[in-house]
Amino acid sequence: MHKKSEDMSPRSLFDKLWDAHVVAPETRESPAVLYIDLHLLHEVTSPQAFSVLADRGLSVRRPDRTIATLDHSTPTLPSDHAGELPYATPEAKRQVETLIDNCEKHKIRLLGLGDPQRGIVHVIGPELGLTQPGKTVVCGDSHTSTHGAFGALAFGIGTTEVGHVLATQCVLQRKPKSMRVVFDGILPAGVSAKDVALAMIAEIGADGGQGYAIEFAGAAVAVLSMEGRMTLCNMSIEAGARFGMVAPDETTFSWVKGREYAPKDEAWEQAVSDWRLLASDEGAAFDKEVRLDASKLRPMITYGVSPDAAAPVDAAAPAAASTADEHAIEYMKIEPGRPFSATAVDRVFIGSCTNSRLSDLREAAAIMRGRKVKNGVVALVVPGSETIKRTAEAEGLHKVFLAAGAEWREPGCSMCIAMNGDQGAPGELVVSTSNRNFIGRQGKGVRTVLASPATAAASAIEGCIADPRKYLENNVRAFDVV
Amino acid sequence: MSFEPVRGLTSRTIVLRQENIDTDQIIPARFLTTTSREGLGKSAFFDWRYNTEGRLRNDSPLDGHNPAEHRILVAGSNFGCGSSREHAPWALADFGFRAIISSDIADIFKSNALKNGLLPVEVDDKTHRRLLSSPGEEVTIDLESQTVRFAGGEWQTVFDVEPFARQCLLDGVDPLGHLINQLPAIESYEEGRCEL
Repeated sequence: MHKKSEDMSPRSLFDKLWDAHVVAPETRESPAVLYIDLHLLHEVTSPQAFSVLADRGLSVRRPDRTIATLDHSTPTLPSDHAGELPYATPEAKRQVETLIDNCEKHKIRLLGLGDPQRGIVHVIGPELGLTQPGKTVVCGDSHTSTHGAFGALAFGIGTTEVGHVLATQCVLQRKPKSMRVVFDGILPAGVSAKDVALAMIAEIGADGGQGYAIEFAGAAVAVLSMEGRMTLCNMSIEAGARFGMVAPDETTFSWVKGREYAPKDEAWEQAVSDWRLLASDEGAAFDKEVRLDASKLRPMITYGVSPDAAAPVDAAAPAAASTADEHAIEYMKIEPGRPFSATAVDRVFIGSCTNSRLSDLREAAAIMRGRKVKNGVVALVVPGSETIKRTAEAEGLHKVFLAAGAEWREPGCSMCIAMNGDQGAPGELVVSTSNRNFIGRQGKGVRTVLASPATAAASAIEGCIADPRKYLENNVRAFDVV
Repeated sequence: MSFEPVRGLTSRTIVLRQENIDTDQIIPARFLTTTSREGLGKSAFFDWRYNTEGRLRNDSPLDGHNPAEHRILVAGSNFGCGSSREHAPWALADFGFRAIISSDIADIFKSNALKNGLLPVEVDDKTHRRLLSSPGEEVTIDLESQTVRFAGGEWQTVFDVEPFARQCLLDGVDPLGHLINQLPAIESYEEGRCEL
């Protein structure tokens, strides 16, 4: 399956994934032509790509390597009595219908409205077993790095490139530099993969990964669950890196096994033996290496308007070090020197391609069980897919959230991108398990604090930014570990 | 798709000094429900230009923007970070910009901009500081020689641009044709991989 290296020098996971997909090598004049194994589509970044195909009289070259879902503009409230979904605008409805039409026309499988497997694009790929070690995965969405958790080469592309992949199954790409981020040690109790991701971004900066493909490694990553690895790789782009990845291992194989699109029987045995060769060779070179001590990590939150403005939840807001910081403080109204726990919360969002999987919902439910969301706080729990929703309901998690006073919604991106009508009001402070705290991201004038599901749940209960560890007296483990 | 070839560009600058200007600032997500790439200029930096009631705030350097006169945007570092939405360069191009200058431009934005006749120019810190501190200055960007020059001619600096994208910009074509020419190689690659 994988081409042998010309020389025998040690190669990284990234080198191996790259080499195996080069159709035409990079030259001084032109980028490499890179083959794409899996192309994921959603309603927002695909319509203009299909228009280019129509204008040029081209067809979708490999509909069998393409799958679509509805998530971004899709309502998370159920249909009304007339069967109408509450779209934010008629234009949003038209966008959804456009993808339905395009998929029908080009014979692309669509996880459409009412499909029992519909969900957020970065949740359904892994869930269906489409995302596999060794594959190249693209999507017109910057959080495509999520799929790198499986030892895949996964990256976000623009709409012009979506058109390129539809027409040719390839993209033009120069090989980025490589970075290894190593987490030594064992994660302490109450700390999750989201906290690891935020600590990493705070360490290297919002543009620290610019131009790099990151491999996450080390003892703390080796014991992360697949869900935890997906959360970590998902946030690579918040450090500026289009690619984030983890070497596949037994955790990966047992997660993929038996899923709809996973290889079966003999093909499975062959695939696993190929996948075992993907891990970085001893002595593989990286352009940059960063080491962090996982055993020192605490639950993290963001206090500014860039994801690298992150600090431990039990700390106090730092003083401004630049004009940019002063503007962030002015917008966030989180006063330097005061403990974060003094910050009142208006709304809590648990969901998004970062943290909407079953384990995330379990972590939040464990804290909300038998407790009430603080009076005046609106809490929204949005599962990542129909499958997660069904499984969570079978476990009774929805009852825990509803009894606590939280809302339990239909799957979708919801308040992460806030383009389907789910959003905060101007001035509100939202503790969110999503990935971006940009100004206005969750609604005009909304102040976003990024956190783990446990921190978000604890904050919903207390009505202010809260440390989840006090709710975990009997839990000595970290979250998201196997 | 094609666009007007980019060769030389002389224009006054509009300066947005902020660092980390993300794509949600360039075009807020609520404007992404469109199925077209046209007419997004009116949504560019919408929340920087209009208040919650939809009235002009009159406090943005973009207010005095004249598309005939201001075709270069100078911005703080890490410009275009965040989402992969190509709506960001579509909006900026439709607003009237033909080039963005910063010390550091986010990868996906840069790649998207290059495919839409919007030239991303990354300059050294010294040149960047000079540009940030002199809004409205006349600047010449020459893609052929990959140089940025100030009007007086007293300052000139070179910039990098990916050679293939540069050629596409000079010719005013997008790279799809190049990929389509690769189809025989793509087919033989597929044949060579047994699991395909």
